[in-house]
Amino acid sequence: MTKTFSELGFPGRLIAVEGLDGSGKSTQIYLLKRWLELQGLKVFFSEWNSSEVVKSATSKGKKRELLTPTTFSLIHATDFADRYERQLVPLLRAGYLVLCDRYIFTAFARDIVRGCQPEWVRGIYNFAALPDLTFFFRARLEVSLQRILDGRPQLKYFEAGMDLRLSADPYESFKIFQGRILEQYLAMSTEFDFLVIDANEPIEAQQSVVRRLLADRLDLGAYIGNRVPVT
Amino acid sequence: MVKRTARSPRLHSRRIVVPKPTARRRFYGHGICSVDLNKLVGKLIVVEGADGSGRSTQIARLVEWLEGSGHATVQVGLKRSTLVSEELDQAKRGNILSRTTLSLFYATDFADQLENAILPGLRAGAMVLADRYIYTLMARDLVRGMDEDWLKNLYGMAIVPDSVFYLNVSPEELVQRNFAKDFALDYWESGMDLGLSRDMFDSFLKYQALVEKQFRRLQQTYKFTILDGNRSPDAVTAELKKKIEAVLLGR
Repeated sequence: MTKTFSELGFPGRLIAVEGLDGSGKSTQIYLLKRWLELQGLKVFFSEWNSSEVVKSATSKGKKRELLTPTTFSLIHATDFADRYERQLVPLLRAGYLVLCDRYIFTAFARDIVRGCQPEWVRGIYNFAALPDLTFFFRARLEVSLQRILDGRPQLKYFEAGMDLRLSADPYESFKIFQGRILEQYLAMSTEFDFLVIDANEPIEAQQSVVRRLLADRLDLGAYIGNRVPVT
Repeated sequence: MVKRTARSPRLHSRRIVVPKPTARRRFYGHGICSVDLNKLVGKLIVVEGADGSGRSTQIARLVEWLEGSGHATVQVGLKRSTLVSEELDQAKRGNILSRTTLSLFYATDFADQLENAILPGLRAGAMVLADRYIYTLMARDLVRGMDEDWLKNLYGMAIVPDSVFYLNVSPEELVQRNFAKDFALDYWESGMDLGLSRDMFDSFLKYQALVEKQFRRLQQTYKFTILDGNRSPDAVTAELKKKIEAVLLGR
């Protein structure tokens, strides 16, 4: 699909964040969510790879290293479809602001780096409308790598792209893999109107840019809920 | 010199046929990266049909016959992957999946078997017998209103089989066979999720007719052989053997 939810006439709006692991995007979308909630707006947050129905298959596949690029791609598409059809679409119909930590662009970048045909992957996800706004958190590759490596010294198999046999050393493999994903993101940036945020800046500086961009582009008053949020 | 006595049976010493390689092995669409099509020297034979059409009986007979004729066989079917078959069963029991999710879940199961059983089997030169293939998955999804082009792209990962047989059995006959087997109709095989009728019997007949209509449409694209499955199992086996022999000889 080449249309956004707003172009399709949905009352709600979908806001996606994309970026490498360690780019700080999850922190930013969390702060954005809090800001919107505290203003009493109808907000829903959804995370990549979090559908209850598909979770056990995905974790089994990853733990036992059963996944090939094809099944890796399809199982994530299944997860996405479940969240999309059961949560995102109904909430957007009901006029919610839906915040997504990763959206279809994550699949496009990762699956293509893993060697799936770009047209095939894009075709699979074409049931999904485009986000109304996509923030791309661009940090220097070394900065993202350092954040991940500082926090979790033990890299996971698929996260490090070990299935691609780029290097026998997980750290080396992770670096090459993330570098390739970054290339894919940058190649999509213009096509999908990414709002590029400089993720090397302090958290507060990034957040104020994000909030300003959002307030400029959406009429936030239209999303006020009936209920005052707890805390 | 050994004298052959009248009692010692003469073992079959019919020459074992070495199958002719498939001329132009290909994928339906974009295919799977890093697969060398020239190395897929075995044969892929698909048997399609509804539950009760006699698929499993026929496949069991074909396996026996092929192995007796000196061919290695590999059997695959839907919902048999190590990756997602359990989860798929669980999700179907809860009846909570939307159609795109269910479709992709099945596609994942298919891909897992394609890469872990079908392709290795073909590489090893085996006769791979598939108890249903992408056509059943596509027909079911089409009945549920999924987009045909979307499905064709998705299943562009599949390898084109050497032959596809569709055992066509009338819905009325299917009901009788299902009841004769376990006195019950399956929820999904009756298309109960579609709300065609609250009466399961009615729903089964309506749903099977819809699936058959989609199969006939798919037949125009995928050119599979439709066999009359209303006949006796022996008659169906005989026809299948004749057609598979031709495949082995590269005809």
